[in-house]
Amino acid sequence: MDTVLKVRELAVDFKTDIGLTHALVDVGFDMPRGKVTAIVGESGSGKSVTANCIMRLVQPPGRIVGGRIDFAPESMDPFEIVSLGKRDPRLQELRGGLISMVFQEPMTALSPVYTVGNQVAEAILCHRKVGRRQAWKEAAEMLERVGIGDIDRRIKMYPFEFSGGMRQRVVIAMALVCHPEVLICDEPTTALDVTVQAEILTLIRNLQQELNNSVLFITHDIGVVAQLADQVVVMYQGRVLEIGTVRQVLKDPMHPYTKGLLAAIPGLAPKGQPLATIASVVGDTDIARPYPLVTLGDGRQVSLPREQVPGAIV
Amino acid sequence: MRSYLISRVLGMIPTLAIISVIIFVVIQLPPGDIVTSTLDRLQAQGVDPTEEYVQNLRAQYNLDKPLVQQYFYWAGNLLTGDMGYSHLYSRPVNELLWERLGYTLSITVSALLFMWIVALPLGIYSAIRQYSIGDYIMTSIALVGVATPPFMVALIFMHVGFEWFGVSTGGLFSPEYEDAPWSWGRVVDLLSHIWLPMIIVGLGSAAFTMRILRANLLDELNKPYVVTARAKGVGPAKLILKYPVRIAVNPFISTIGFMLPALISGEAIVSLVMGLPTIGPLLLQALLNQDMFLAGSLLMWLAILTVVGILLSDILLAWLDPRIRYE
Repeated sequence: MDTVLKVRELAVDFKTDIGLTHALVDVGFDMPRGKVTAIVGESGSGKSVTANCIMRLVQPPGRIVGGRIDFAPESMDPFEIVSLGKRDPRLQELRGGLISMVFQEPMTALSPVYTVGNQVAEAILCHRKVGRRQAWKEAAEMLERVGIGDIDRRIKMYPFEFSGGMRQRVVIAMALVCHPEVLICDEPTTALDVTVQAEILTLIRNLQQELNNSVLFITHDIGVVAQLADQVVVMYQGRVLEIGTVRQVLKDPMHPYTKGLLAAIPGLAPKGQPLATIASVVGDTDIARPYPLVTLGDGRQVSLPREQVPGAIV
Repeated sequence: MRSYLISRVLGMIPTLAIISVIIFVVIQLPPGDIVTSTLDRLQAQGVDPTEEYVQNLRAQYNLDKPLVQQYFYWAGNLLTGDMGYSHLYSRPVNELLWERLGYTLSITVSALLFMWIVALPLGIYSAIRQYSIGDYIMTSIALVGVATPPFMVALIFMHVGFEWFGVSTGGLFSPEYEDAPWSWGRVVDLLSHIWLPMIIVGLGSAAFTMRILRANLLDELNKPYVVTARAKGVGPAKLILKYPVRIAVNPFISTIGFMLPALISGEAIVSLVMGLPTIGPLLLQALLNQDMFLAGSLLMWLAILTVVGILLSDILLAWLDPRIRYE
């Protein structure tokens, strides 16, 4: 399998008033090239922190305390991300050039005092030696591609003149304008209303197929995972519990937490019957105790005691 | 933008009208007027003015008319550019004012620039290196700067200058240029003197605005739009200046509006201490001697300067921030 990103033993600590919080503990997974990998998990499970590590965006009080992220871009020699120095030119190239990110909050992800065109063109000017005019032209093309019409007028408008869905399109255009090899989407539809969510998801899927880049899609919406992803990583409390293809994980979950997660998808229940919840979230030893990932013959991985996994090979 | 400008400029008119009423009332409030203080002076010289002379004097200043009418005489003359006659100095107020307004403006504006030049880089440094040794040092200096009144700083500077370096730091000119006509030498002499009152007047405001900028910037530094910009590969220095600083200077610019009166009144006290030929000492003399035309005109001019200053800061703000421009 051709892997574009290989995350190994990644650990992040946050310094808080009551001591160190381990936001990520021994997180590891592979991202196949040209595919969509989804990370699912509840709030606080470490999904966004994982994404921020890949972009090296973890800011104090957070700190990457261990692990490695091996990146194998097609256009450059492979390198390791965690150990990049702050002034390493590859770090600047990585951010927005090789890997880019779409954020959760389109309402605040753009600066209110610069035009949309300025902020999209800036991404080009940061990474390529082109003139301002050329950068604006390419920015306009990308904005049209993500579905913003009347571009001559709109490109000179400010983000606060756009709706949430339109702003998210701008953020997507900004992320894609340098043709990154990896696109990270950090809950890009959470802040949008349902109809706009569907539009943005379709847009992301279509663009992924056109541009054939690798996508890391972070969400807590299993429905979205089913629609978009090729591979699923289930996270809980800063650890990876299960990794497999969409079909494997959604059809035949192995880990009790994944089973609970799937059972908790709201559906049409008979009147008066409470919806399923994940009972083991608080204090169940089954999922709170970390086990190293065990690999099965079909390639899926699960964090369970070895004797409980029939057919474990590693 | 144009309609915003027009409405702001038109809005100044009622503001200034109301201020003029208040100034007029305030200078009328203390018992006695310019006629009684003239009579006092004459009587002290042993002259006993006739009743007719007193009436003439009152008529000359329109003091025999009702108060409302007096106001309109005064305001009307102001509008035509005639600020009346200073009895204290026996000269038209216009002459007195133009002599000194320039100095007041140069000290205040240079103090404002000094405030920005100092506060902007230090405020940014303090915010991005929060809780570093440099931040603590600057916080301490800023607290001393905010807490020390300007006249105290002026006295310290003058004392140190005289005792340790043997230089007299008062005044805006060396004695040989004091009454000389304007020349290149006089300009250079002025510049070599004006930096001290500039620093003294601007110090407190610089410290204060530095703290404001630091607080604003700390709020902005971790906003999502900054993370977005970092994620798209903007270099560290450009990132800070183009994104959070640009937003954080907004309140910083609107402080010009209320820093200006503070600078002007600070300048008045410093000028008294340092013997500078600005409006401050003139205003004090005018108020002490109930020279109402002089006092009224000076107060009116300070009010105009303040209102114009606020207008300028609002225009600057609208130019910097599209959210204000488009409302």
